[in-house]
Amino acid sequence: MPDLIQALQLSAPEATLAVGGLVLLMVGAFAGEKSARLVSTLSVLLLVAATALVVTGPLGRAFNGAYVADPLAVFGKAVIFLSSAVAIVLGDGWMKRQRIARFEYPILIVLASAGMGMMASSGDLISLYIGIELHSLALYVLAAFHRDDLRASEAGLKYFVLGALSSGLLLYGASLIYGFTGSMRFEDIAAYAAANPSTGLIFGLVFLICGLAFKVSAAPFHMWTPDVYEGAPTPVVALFATAPKVAAMVLIARTLEGAFAGSHDQWSQVLILISLISFAVGAFGGLVQKDIQRLLAYSSIANIGYALLGIAAGTTLGVQAMLLFMTLYVVDQFGFFAILLSLSRNGRPIRTIQDLAGLRKERPVTTLALTVLSLSVLGMPPLSGFWGKWAVFGAAAEAGYWMVGAAGLVASVVAGFYYLRIIKVMWFDPAPEQAPTDRAPLEAKTIAWGCAAFSFPLVIVGLTWLEPWAAAAAVGYGVG
Amino acid sequence: MPQIPYILSLVTFLPLVGAGVLLLARLMSKGSADGLARWIALATTLATLVVSIALVAAFDPSNPGYQFVERFGWFRGAEYHLGVDGVSILFVLLTAFLMPLCIVASWKTITERVVDYMIAFLVLETLVIGVFTALDLFLFYIFFEGTLVPMFIIIGVWGGANRIYAAYKFFLYTLLGSVLMLLAMLWMAHTAGTTSIPELKTFAFSEQAQPLLWLAFFASFAVKMPMWPVHTWLPDAHVQAPTAGSVILAGILLKLGGYGFILFNLPMFPQASEMFAPLVFALSAIAIVYTSLVAFRQTDMKKLIAYSSVAHMGFVTMGIFAGNDQGVQGAVFQMLSHGLISGALFLCVGVVYDRMHTREIALYGGLTARMPWFAAIFLLFTMANVGLPGTSGFIGEILTMTGIYQVSTWTAFVAASGVILSAVYALTLYRNVMFGEITNPAMKAITDVDRREILIFTPLIVGTLILGVQPGLVLDYTEASVSAVTTAYQLAIGG
Repeated sequence: MPDLIQALQLSAPEATLAVGGLVLLMVGAFAGEKSARLVSTLSVLLLVAATALVVTGPLGRAFNGAYVADPLAVFGKAVIFLSSAVAIVLGDGWMKRQRIARFEYPILIVLASAGMGMMASSGDLISLYIGIELHSLALYVLAAFHRDDLRASEAGLKYFVLGALSSGLLLYGASLIYGFTGSMRFEDIAAYAAANPSTGLIFGLVFLICGLAFKVSAAPFHMWTPDVYEGAPTPVVALFATAPKVAAMVLIARTLEGAFAGSHDQWSQVLILISLISFAVGAFGGLVQKDIQRLLAYSSIANIGYALLGIAAGTTLGVQAMLLFMTLYVVDQFGFFAILLSLSRNGRPIRTIQDLAGLRKERPVTTLALTVLSLSVLGMPPLSGFWGKWAVFGAAAEAGYWMVGAAGLVASVVAGFYYLRIIKVMWFDPAPEQAPTDRAPLEAKTIAWGCAAFSFPLVIVGLTWLEPWAAAAAVGYGVG
Repeated sequence: MPQIPYILSLVTFLPLVGAGVLLLARLMSKGSADGLARWIALATTLATLVVSIALVAAFDPSNPGYQFVERFGWFRGAEYHLGVDGVSILFVLLTAFLMPLCIVASWKTITERVVDYMIAFLVLETLVIGVFTALDLFLFYIFFEGTLVPMFIIIGVWGGANRIYAAYKFFLYTLLGSVLMLLAMLWMAHTAGTTSIPELKTFAFSEQAQPLLWLAFFASFAVKMPMWPVHTWLPDAHVQAPTAGSVILAGILLKLGGYGFILFNLPMFPQASEMFAPLVFALSAIAIVYTSLVAFRQTDMKKLIAYSSVAHMGFVTMGIFAGNDQGVQGAVFQMLSHGLISGALFLCVGVVYDRMHTREIALYGGLTARMPWFAAIFLLFTMANVGLPGTSGFIGEILTMTGIYQVSTWTAFVAASGVILSAVYALTLYRNVMFGEITNPAMKAITDVDRREILIFTPLIVGTLILGVQPGLVLDYTEASVSAVTTAYQLAIGG
């Protein structure tokens, strides 16, 4: 019995989210559609409370080691839950303006967050799979949330079918690993793999990596990304681009560094190949895009390549770099999507890059913010994106992956072209005859400016505490 | 003279403060803030000039080390580390000197989005001065890369017809060069365990690593210089940039490359520098001859001067990698003098362009009759560009050639022919624009330089002539620092 109490204490954040989500579901079901605003507000509070529980809660293992609360999980979950909260805030007003406001939106995000928390904390293959499925199922529904919209339905279906395929791959890999090692727990797998290296285990590992790579939309498992980014409702895409990616990256780090620390030579090759393909697909694929959300999809593929490079280094410095990179990346992404959400003409959202023309005159501050964010993702110093890339390439270089680093940097120059095009359209192109932009909603505007201000100049101060925190998270793997 | 505390931070970030004030003014004011913006920008740049003069006055030229050092820990090993030596302090002064002239030169010609323009220039000034004062690898990189953004916007917004192509080309070309440098910097920080440039200068990198590191830095600085064959972004960027943008580009931004060579390549990778010196000599010699010939065939005045800049930068690279006192001193001198002369030449083109709105050489002719004052000014700078004794251009060329003669006679021989070629294209330009009959009826109404333009040219004329007859003013400052670099270099290569 004391074991159970301790386990519940450790897993309090996820338990809170799961129970809270179900309670809110009841509230929504009984109060009807008009309760959307109330449920959103409560969901945000719930996520903030869960974050507080994560940060202040005890560290340790629960459920026979299936659940791990260590500094890595704490860092990951803090970022994930806060990102989810921001996505709810962004979505609430937007859904109302699009007349598709429903109370299920925040609840689905809360449930997805519980799954993502599980992913970040998973200590064996079962909790890994449960976490992934829990968050994926919620996300499939969210992708098709705008159900009268053809593209959203298409996005949802595509995401679901391909997601099911990747789950299959992942399960197959997990079963191979279990078959060869006789254990689900990461430590046992690590111990067994170190003693009896086998090709079958490597097979399982590769399948597992493929399944996870799908979740982070790394090439060549990226096929769904552009379509889902284009079709799904914008606030949902803002969520897709942030929290699940962080969760999956933490999970990849945890699995590979934890269960397969001894097989670094094998999996680092796979990750590096994935990174290289992602650089190329992300950089060259983005060049021809006209739709901003599609462009961001390609940009995310390239960026995930950089983050994976950090893990591929196989050092604590690499994991730390990945965490730092993802955190800074999440802020930039929210800035981007908040700007997209805040811009519309006659109620019609801005979709293509060319729609941004003439923005400089109409909305100087937003233009400045979008310029800062574009330059940041491009990796211009001293903006936040640069520090993330710096950390990742530093870690890769430290581990001896020079040529991969060089390839990544060259790809970032190619990708520079499309970020510059955003800036060019806003600053240089003459304004066409068009309807003026609508009044920007307060929440989107605030988040956009806040994120841009974080990218520069706040990041210079912010890094001085974010960086040691990421370092502690990377070192503290498996503590407790 | 009492020393101002944190004077380097002050001189670096003062323009940024001005830019912040402008941004506030723009957000606050309902009407047009154009007039105010011009005055604020001018006041800021003048204040920066005053501070940098105070800096030079307080500087001790006999000390070869870094002075006014400010050093604070930052994070992840990087530091906020500033300092100047005898070389960098002069570039700080050159930047602070040219900036107010640029603001005045844009006073009437820039009428659109004046506030944005002035902000871009002030930010650029901070970044450029930052490059010259930074003593930490990553701080250097931040400033060095940062210069791309305001320049991208200056070319793209206020440039000529083909400005967007030029802006992209400028940005991506130089970005590609510098990402390789970033990788090399990461490696150096990892290997040497420090990011402090003075400490890295004394760190002996292994002979296997040096060539790669050298090439990475070379890729970045060679694009920035620009050296043949990676110079092709420069003519496009120049032709499309507004006059003041060209002045900054030619006068200061090109010098970042040469400064980088003196700061990194020569002292940190001496063996590699010696190994690659023949390559640099060959590229420089080709640059001098080839781009001079190309310049001769140009029909656009700005393009002609842009190509002539590439040729003159050939002397700089050649002098630096000669690795002796005369060579490096000459290179520094040549860069400073070229900053004044090419800046002035672009301003001269700006004078006629503002009046006639064309830079086609063929459309001009016979301007001496209508613009006697302008003819005199243009002649002076043309001659300085050719390297006439008595002007600063001569000193730079003769010093670099003396330096290179001791190392590679053939390069000196080819470079000397470049002096003749430069006379050919410069004098042809002058003849075609200034002499002869006025063939184009539109030129009949052209007016001579006005008081504002005289005001701009006066300091440049004074600078060019004083440095021409009294080069010691510069050389006294650079001597100690340069000989510290060259002595270490000669020692390292066993010369």
